[in-house]
Amino acid sequence: MNVVNAAVRVHGLVKNHGRGQGRVRAVDEVDLEVPEGQTLAVMGPSGCGKSTLLHLLGGLERPSEGEVWLAGRRIDTLSERALARLRRRSVGFVFQAFHLVEELSAAENVELPALLAGRSRREARRRASLLLERVGLTGRARHLPSQLSGGQRQRIAIARALANEPLVVLADEPTGNLDTTATLDVLRIFEDLRSAGQTLVIVTHDERVAATADRLISMRDGMFVDDTRLAGTGTGWLGGLIGLEG
Amino acid sequence: MQDAVLAMLAKEPSHGYHLRARLQQSLGPLGASMNPGQIYVTLARLEKAGLVVCERADGLPERPDRKVYALTPAGQQRVAAWLTEVNWPKPDLAEFHLKLVAAAAARLADPVELVAAQRRELLRRLREVQQAALAEPAGSAAVLLLEGVVLRLQADLRWLAACERAWSKVDDEAEDA
Repeated sequence: MNVVNAAVRVHGLVKNHGRGQGRVRAVDEVDLEVPEGQTLAVMGPSGCGKSTLLHLLGGLERPSEGEVWLAGRRIDTLSERALARLRRRSVGFVFQAFHLVEELSAAENVELPALLAGRSRREARRRASLLLERVGLTGRARHLPSQLSGGQRQRIAIARALANEPLVVLADEPTGNLDTTATLDVLRIFEDLRSAGQTLVIVTHDERVAATADRLISMRDGMFVDDTRLAGTGTGWLGGLIGLEG
Repeated sequence: MQDAVLAMLAKEPSHGYHLRARLQQSLGPLGASMNPGQIYVTLARLEKAGLVVCERADGLPERPDRKVYALTPAGQQRVAAWLTEVNWPKPDLAEFHLKLVAAAAARLADPVELVAAQRRELLRRLREVQQAALAEPAGSAAVLLLEGVVLRLQADLRWLAACERAWSKVDDEAEDA
């Protein structure tokens, strides 16, 4: 059965690292479906396989067993070339260490994915300026990454991830290198993306980041141990915190 | 909250509705459930205790919203004392801790499952507070309060993670035995 509205779907996913005695099963027979427009957070201790899972979803690594589907298209069997093209056009990556091109300005970093996907320079520039505005960095367009704070660099990286209007944005510990203030800026952008209906998968160890998501999966030893719906469960708890007589 | 209402009167004598507006501005979404009458109940108690006096504006009919409240000398002393107090809310974790211990002892439930359920609830609350904080306009005084609630929830979640590790170990040892 083909599920039309799943942005991401994996079935029987296994990833082994190493061989023989030293073989580790990083992802252990995982099934997952992320509907279009859902934001999903994946948490777990380091080494639980959450980053590997993210790499598999985005076609950065290939599974040892199982299937990976992006918007109804199976991607784990694609050629290297086809996979690279699909990654460029349909997947936006955000990494802990930003991975910006240090020689290019903030705006040029954001333009790059559109240019690589074959869009015109004018179109790339127009889109980049919109995205820089969206992450609140219009005034930093000409700065080099080295002239920006960690939080600003990550916001540039998020703008870059959105350059080709990706089907899904995959973020790996996006606030891992950021202080509290910068983390809040990134949370604000994720909240904005969530309400705009961007499909988003975030791997994180930060509960605050996880709490921006609609759904939270907990991983241990390559397996899912919990799958919780966070959205639409408001209890009015907040309003009841303070009574005048309390 | 009585002390907070008293302290707000230290700036100047004020109408009840004005006090309520100031409270709500400082509390943001946390003040949402405060109903209009509550402030007058609090003020009436303070008046009875001799900490505030109430003056009715001249020539106006008797209605609560016509009254102006002011601190008495005793009220001023109480405000001064309140400012130097270092009271702090108690962390209320013993009940949940005892729930885990009792559930394990009587084999009523798996403590690890209880911790997981509690974690889900706290994460939903965290989401709620965080969305409220992000929705506050720039410069809102309530943001700092919401940030405090967020940090508390994070501390509680960290404690639950410690509970989960400890009770999982108990499970493993029981299986090995």
